[in-house]
Amino acid sequence: MLRKPIQRVVLGLAVGLSSGLPAMAQTDAEKAIDRYRELVADGNPAELWEAKGEDLWKKKRGPKNASLEKCDLGLGPGVVKGAYVSLPRYFDDVKKVQDLETRLVSCMDQHQGIKAKVANYDRDDHKDVISLVAWIASESRGMPVNVPQSHPEEKRMYEVGKRVFFYRAGPYDFACATCHAADNTRIRLQGLPNLTNNEPAGKAFTSWPAYRVSNSQLWPMQKRLEDCFRQQRFPYVEFGSDVTIALSSYMGVTGKGVKSLAPTIKR
Amino acid sequence: MADPMRIRARAADGVVDARVLMAHEMETGIRKDSAGKLIPAWFIQEVVCQLNGKPVMTAQWGPSISKNPFLQFKAKGKAGDKITVTWVDNKGEKRTDEATVA
Repeated sequence: MLRKPIQRVVLGLAVGLSSGLPAMAQTDAEKAIDRYRELVADGNPAELWEAKGEDLWKKKRGPKNASLEKCDLGLGPGVVKGAYVSLPRYFDDVKKVQDLETRLVSCMDQHQGIKAKVANYDRDDHKDVISLVAWIASESRGMPVNVPQSHPEEKRMYEVGKRVFFYRAGPYDFACATCHAADNTRIRLQGLPNLTNNEPAGKAFTSWPAYRVSNSQLWPMQKRLEDCFRQQRFPYVEFGSDVTIALSSYMGVTGKGVKSLAPTIKR
Repeated sequence: MADPMRIRARAADGVVDARVLMAHEMETGIRKDSAGKLIPAWFIQEVVCQLNGKPVMTAQWGPSISKNPFLQFKAKGKAGDKITVTWVDNKGEKRTDEATVA
């Protein structure tokens, strides 16, 4: 006879607790996550890739036995500082908008005669691209994002990126905007940045390349965007696909002026 | 040849705070590859840290240490001291790197 009321009391308590908890748990959990981030950021293994990348940039390699020191990343031949925060941009020699990763592939071809095999992540020449990206990004640390919009192709890429960002498709009828177009949202404990706003877009744009603690891999932006498409159950994008560069342009232009963080460290 | 380590060391109040980042696969020997075959163990077994040629810390490591290990330790010393870190893995491969305490 006594059982029923007790059950009801317990149930009532549980409901009361669960409706009161999330707000509190969120702040505590986020504090703990911030503390964790602070701890792992000291001694970011991305530095190991940076060291390799610097070496690769200066080393004479390939059939032409040349270094990449004449490679034009958009600010003139051999200028590395500030290049990362001003890409993607239009390059006249290839008549295309390129991001850092695809630009490096062009440079390896033009200057070193290396026909880079980059189709697979962290295989063949893609290993070199990752290291180079890590070093080049580190040379722009703290500099404000300044992705150019002066060439019509650059403007077009931005517009395409914006459309792709809001384009709903796939078995889940998903878009980037489904998760990244509102403030103060999260998936479980993971805060979701609103990439239509200046600061979160700039932070996201300059957070890659990042070292991922969970799998000990260094992920450049292309790999991160490929994973976004996977998470949306879209078809896989190939390395250097225009859609990735368009999305980079959209994020970079939206995040104008935000100070670069890359290479970062992620869970 | 193994990739170089990154060594940063800073002295304050007679104590050197050293941070070392090593590039190593640190395979446990119990993981399997995509074909289902065991990946052989490959990890750093011994780490020796020296200050001006004098050992200040040695460590015996095993497969439970993470990939690309990060090591931080403190030792008595001053700015300008030479810090040397050597590791030896279970394949007998070795790597030594040097840095100056800032």
